[in-house]
Order: sequence, then structure tokens, then C-alpha cells
Amino acid sequence: MRLIVNGTAYDIDAPPDIPLLWALRDLIGLTGTKYGCGAALCGVCTVHVDGEPIRSCVTPAAEAVGKQIRTIEGLAQGGKDHPVQQAWAEIDVPQCGYCQTGQIMTVAALLEANPDPSDEEIDEALARRYCRCATYLRIRQAVRRAAELKRGS
Amino acid sequence: MTTSMSRRDFLRASAVGGGALFAVVAFDRLAAQGQAQAVRPDTWVRIAPDGAITITVAKSEMGQGVRTSLAMLTAEEMDADWAVVRVEQADHDPKYGSQNTGGSASIRTSQRTMREAGAAIRAMLVSAAAATWGVAEAECTTEPSKVLHRPSGRTLGYGALAAKAAAVTVPAQVRLKGRREFRLVGKAQKSVITQDVIHGTAVYGFDVKLPGLLVAVVQRAPVFGAKVRQVDATAARQVPGVVDVVEVPAVAEGIGVAAGVAVIARHTWAALRGRSALKVEWDLGPAAVESSAGHRAAMRAAVETVGKEIVNRVGDPDAVLAASSKVITADYELPFIAHAAMEPMNCTAHVQGNRAEVWSPSQTPARSAQGIARALGIPVENVTLHVTLMGGGFGRRLNADYSVEAALVARKVQAPVKVVWTREDDLRHDFYRPCAHHRIAASLGADGFPEAWRHRFSTPAIAATYGPPGPDGYGTGEADGAGNMAYRIANRSCEYTLLESAVPRGWWRAVHTTHTVFAVESFLDELAAAAGKDPLAYRLAMIDEVTVPRPAAGAGDFKLSPARLRGVLQLAADKAGWGTPMARGRGRGIACTFDHLSYSAIVVEVTARGEGIHIDRIVCAADCGPVINPNGATQQLQGGVLQALSVALHERITVKGGGVEQGNFNTYQLLRLPEVPRQVEVYFAETDAPPSGLGETAVPPLAPALANAIAMATGKRLRSMPLEVKLA
Repeated sequence: MRLIVNGTAYDIDAPPDIPLLWALRDLIGLTGTKYGCGAALCGVCTVHVDGEPIRSCVTPAAEAVGKQIRTIEGLAQGGKDHPVQQAWAEIDVPQCGYCQTGQIMTVAALLEANPDPSDEEIDEALARRYCRCATYLRIRQAVRRAAELKRGS
Repeated sequence: MTTSMSRRDFLRASAVGGGALFAVVAFDRLAAQGQAQAVRPDTWVRIAPDGAITITVAKSEMGQGVRTSLAMLTAEEMDADWAVVRVEQADHDPKYGSQNTGGSASIRTSQRTMREAGAAIRAMLVSAAAATWGVAEAECTTEPSKVLHRPSGRTLGYGALAAKAAAVTVPAQVRLKGRREFRLVGKAQKSVITQDVIHGTAVYGFDVKLPGLLVAVVQRAPVFGAKVRQVDATAARQVPGVVDVVEVPAVAEGIGVAAGVAVIARHTWAALRGRSALKVEWDLGPAAVESSAGHRAAMRAAVETVGKEIVNRVGDPDAVLAASSKVITADYELPFIAHAAMEPMNCTAHVQGNRAEVWSPSQTPARSAQGIARALGIPVENVTLHVTLMGGGFGRRLNADYSVEAALVARKVQAPVKVVWTREDDLRHDFYRPCAHHRIAASLGADGFPEAWRHRFSTPAIAATYGPPGPDGYGTGEADGAGNMAYRIANRSCEYTLLESAVPRGWWRAVHTTHTVFAVESFLDELAAAAGKDPLAYRLAMIDEVTVPRPAAGAGDFKLSPARLRGVLQLAADKAGWGTPMARGRGRGIACTFDHLSYSAIVVEVTARGEGIHIDRIVCAADCGPVINPNGATQQLQGGVLQALSVALHERITVKGGGVEQGNFNTYQLLRLPEVPRQVEVYFAETDAPPSGLGETAVPPLAPALANAIAMATGKRLRSMPLEVKLA
């Protein structure tokens, strides 16, 4: 099957039911998208398919054929970090960092849909994104900062 | 939140001349300790001709910020321009000394070595520059990444000096900076892993890539200790992409590899499908009868009578309690809990003949390499172990099971193999924080303070997972936070009874104090309430030297400083506005701990709302001596507090039929963003004590502080974890 990831086409030889996560990681070699639960519970595998944030661990790769897949590796555009990445760096959100690509991809999609989310909307949008290091305070702070940066850019 | 930095020297006792300090350099000290080889300063620092500086960190990074904080210390002493510093993770190598990363010990045990290495490099660079110019070294000083000749104003960059400096004799003694000379230390620096994390280029164990890499998943024993009786791998082998199916033998010897069957495949999905197609029959073994109900009953029965081990006893608490007309008794129960690092266990191994190359997200590189060598029957020198970045550790990765298991799988194929664990594998084959049952009985004197305190408790001891008891038995270790609690009571005892269990137990963030401090700090509040005293004043009045010294405490390390414990209590209380009136239905609770040589206190404020509780505010104060990196230190306290909140609200592993019932985050829930209080503040006490760690100390006081606040707000005392409370 042919997947278009971050604007590049990849032809992969894989069983039709392979989740997008494993296609990205094992067959295309983009390991910025992480495995956390395999059951759409933790959100660390979040990528965009046609702009929508989806859980790649339970989404068959076949469903993404012909669509635009964006992963963390393709979030920065033209050598410039996405406002969410800028905010994450400025606030220095990560501790271990493992869940953060999923958090960042979720927030990038959130801000497309809602450029000025309230505290409650931020909590709701990230309610099913776990961080075991519990960087939650800085995540909240960084989402607000990312929204500012994005509106300003 | 606020952070502050000590403006005093790190090592107050050794100040010589203007706050400077001299020491025999670390590499010579290591050599003198019988290390395999003398270590040169270039073990820790490399300077490229273009001035790029690489600092090697030998402790494992799991989110605690050690790559940043340890590198800062070296960069500080060598006067490196932080902007050009790159940090490299050391492979396993005895030349670095202990690479074990746990017990909040990295800063405490490595700070001097890292500083001395930097200071030696600086001295060598100065020497090289002085020789180049033909001037006296005393006329030279350094500025970030350059040597300056003061009289002439000439400068030479570190890059230009690197080759010449490498030929300079390593100084036997170095001068360490005084506090006023710090440019980096004590000032907030961002984590050196952040850029890689936010671009998806950070390489965790799960992300290791190698040519021809295969992936394996293991079907592990469904009951702890079960053995494989028979395997039918016919269907598994037919799954496209499956390369091989191999048995994994159980490894005891304190390693804890479960018996299993590995499916090796070209990619993870094929391995998972292959595993689903396996048919394995098991000999379940004796643990199949174990259950959490059985554990609880056995522990409850154990505390009814005198403990099998008397951890310590001062005075005669039994006689005082027997003579008292009013004995207050309370039981506290805690379940097993899991580490649940976001990156599940994994390890990549390539075994060729009598050599193995391993990529492991490990907190214990030496233990892992030795375990692999023993399992494969090869010399440990033949094991090359690369330490990867890890997606959380929390003590789980102190174990070598997943690394040894990967080597046992990889020896069966002529290719590198990455063994990955699913979330279910990870939650069901953890080394759990033990379940516990505590019963404390006390009687109060006329002044309201306890005359007697008898603490009986039972757990499946952590140490019993790894081997037979030492001379102190299991109780002394398990009783950390209880047997050595800081409260002065004339008649006091701590008794322990082991619960036999096949469930693996291990070190969880803050280890024993996660349950002992819940019992002690909750009960203390109950006593204060019975005495009609303020819980803060009650604690402050009772904190004194540990009346019962912790046996086997090395070099006085575990000597408690009452002043520092009182200090964090007072700081947290002051910041929280302790004593200001609270409306009806509101509650404020406090608790404190001495953990891994650091101190912390937490105040929690709650409001009862209908059937639920709203957490209004959490204030945490900690004392780790001076703060190296206020940014990372703040993160450790915030993370520690909130991870502890996750445990207090949600976490429970239960055992049935000798296996773990929970499998994923739907049944083992973690704290979620909407549950995080809006106001979480962390503060540092400014003390000039030797630096100690911050990874763990914020964890233990949270649950009792929360339970104490809830008791005040609702009148209901919660004595079981997770706390039976609904957030509102």
C-alpha cells in the first residue's frame, strides 16, 4: 500500500490490517510517533490524517491510503518550528518526553479547530492524553502560549 | 510557582581561600579505588577544534533531568559556553564508576566528580594557553569557552587550545569555583533533550534502529512462576512476517525473567499477530492460588499479633498501651501499584558467538550487563551495553529482566532483535510497589502528645524478590519512613511481618515511604485531632533526632536533620497561609517526609462539593540543599506531587489466580489533565547542606496531606489507598 506521510509517498509491503502506528514506525522508519497502549487509551501515538488527530495504534494503515498523514517529523514547516513546538521549547515541557509528540500533535490539531481555547477546552482536548511524568502543569501553560504564538504569526 | 537558589557554597566544610575548594581530582580517585583503568578527564569531556564541547553523562536519563544537571556542573567548572555543549550518554563501562541511576542519588554521588572533571579540564586549558603565550598561568583566567590573559587582553578559544591541552599533565588537585563564580549552576537551564523530543528525533529504547533488525514479543507466564508445558507454534509460524518462535527460560537469581515463548518477526505487527496465534499450555505452579483478597487477609492477621521481626523498640510501648484507658488504633491499607512508564519495557540485543551488543533503556547498566553475561554464559567484558534514553523509569528500570530476556531471545537468531512489551505485558509483569497493611496504636499523655506508639505492619518485602534476608531481616528496609520516623515518642516500636508472595516487587518512586509515610502522617493527624491540637504545631513539637537509628546506615548518611524537616514544614505552611480561617466544608492538610536524604512537606487544600471533593491547591516545599538547575528541580517536584496524586486517586493492581487483573489504562487509570488542580506551587528551602536528590522526595507526603485535608473538610477519615473519593 502507498502512504503519503509528511508529503512523501511510501510504498510499503504490509498486511492490510497493520495499524498505522507500526507502519510508520517499523516500515517507514518514523519513530517520533510512539506506542503507549495499543488501545486508543493514552494518546501518545497521535498523528494527523487529513488534519484530524487520530490514534495511530488502532487506525488501520489502509484507512489512511490516499490521505495526508502528518507526524511529528513533519510538523515544522520550511525549517521553522510549529508554534506548538516553539511553545513546548519555551516552557520546556518535557521530562522523559516520551508522550510529548502525541501531546504536541493533539494540540496542533486543537489550535486549528479552536485558536483560543479556554482552560476547560484545553483540559477536555487533552483529557485522554496521559503523561506519567505528570508534566500537566506545563502542558496547560504551553498550550496557552502556543495559542498566543499561533495567533501572532 | 517559585524557585530559589542557595547563595552559599555547595560544600561548606571545605572552603579554602575565598570560597574556593581543592580536591584530588576524580579520575585519580577512581583509579585509586581499584577501577579497571585510570580515567582521564577526556572520559567526561571532549573539545573539538571548532570549539564544540561534548560532555559525557554516565547516569541514565529518564526524565529526571540528569543529562542536563550533571553536564551543567562540568560545564560550570570548565567555564564552557553552555550553548556549544552537547551531552552524550555513556555506554556501560566500569571506568565511569557506578552508573546505577536510582535512589535520588545522581546529584549527590556524581556532583563532585563532574565538577572536578570540569575544573581539571579548565586548568589544562589555562596551562596550554599560558605556554602558548609564554606567560604565567596565574595571569590567565577563563571566560565561557576561552582563556584570557588579563594583562594583555589576549584570548584563545577552547577549540584552538584543545590539542595542546590534551598533552598537559592532568592536575593532581583542582580548584573548584566558589558560589559567586557560578555562571550556570543555580540558574534555570532547559533540558538538553527537549529539542530532540519536540521534533520526534529523541531515540528511546523503543526507537533503536539497526540494519536487519527483527522485532519480538513474548507470551509470558499468565501466573507468576508458571512454566511452559507445551507450545504449539504451527499457526504462529504461518503468520506472514514471523521468522521464528523460541522458548524463553525463566531466570530467577534476582533477575526475574518470566518463562515465556517469543515470536520473532520482521515487524511489530507480525510479531503481535503471531503471538495471538500461539497455543501455549502452562504448568501454573503454586502461585495460582494467590489473590489480593488472600494477601489482605494474611496481612490483616499478621498485624493482630506481635511482628515476626522487631525492627526496633524504645521504652515499653506494649506496657504503656496495656495500662492506658484510651488507646487510639487505626489501620491503613495500600494495594500493589505499577510503574506504568509511558515507554513500556523493551530491549534490543544482538548476540554473535560469545559476544553480545545490547541497547537498553536501563537504570542499571552494570546489573544488566552482568545478568546478560550470566544468562548467556559469556564473560561480562563481551557484553557491550548502550544505554538509551528512557520514557520514564521510576525504579522499574532498575531491574535487568527485560534486558536479559532480550539477550535470551536474540541468541536464537542471527540478527539483532528488539523485544518489545505491550502495555498489557508491562502492567502484568512489573515489579510492583508492595501492598501493605499498617496498624498503629498509640496512647496520649495529659499534654496530648503520644506516650506510646506501636506500629505493626506487613508487606511482601521488596528485598525478598531479590534474595534471602540480610542480617537486619527484611523489616528494617521495609520500615523506612516508619521505623526511622522523625517523631520523638518515649515508648515506641516498629514490628514487621513478611507476607510470602510470588508477585514480583520492586522499587517504586520513593520506595517504602510511599506506604509507610501514608500511615504515619495520617495517624499523626488523627492523634492531633484527638488531642485537639493544630497538626502543624503538633508535628513541629515532636520532630527530633531519630530516636531509633536506622541499622546499617552508611557513614551517617541517614542522619536526619530535625531543623531541615521543620524547615520544609514551616515553609510549606507559610506559603499556604497555614492558620488562616477556612470556611465550613473546606479542609487543609499537611504532611512531611525525609526521603533519600531530602526533605519535603506538602499542604493540600480541598473543598467538599456534594458527594465529591475539589482540590483547590497543593503547596510543596523541599530541601535538597542547593538547587543545581531550578528548572529541572521544579519539574521534579511538580511531577512527583502529581504522580503521587495519580496514585492517591486511582492506582491499584489486584491479583487473582496468581496473575495481575489489570491490563491497560482502562483498568489501571492514571491521573488525567482535567483532574490536575489549577494551583500547584513548589518552593525550595535554601540550605547549605550537601546537595541531595529531588526525584522522589515530593511523592510520599501528598497522599496523607490529601487524606488529612479531606478529613478536615468532611469529617471522614480515608485509610485505604487509593482514596475513596470522587473529584468534583
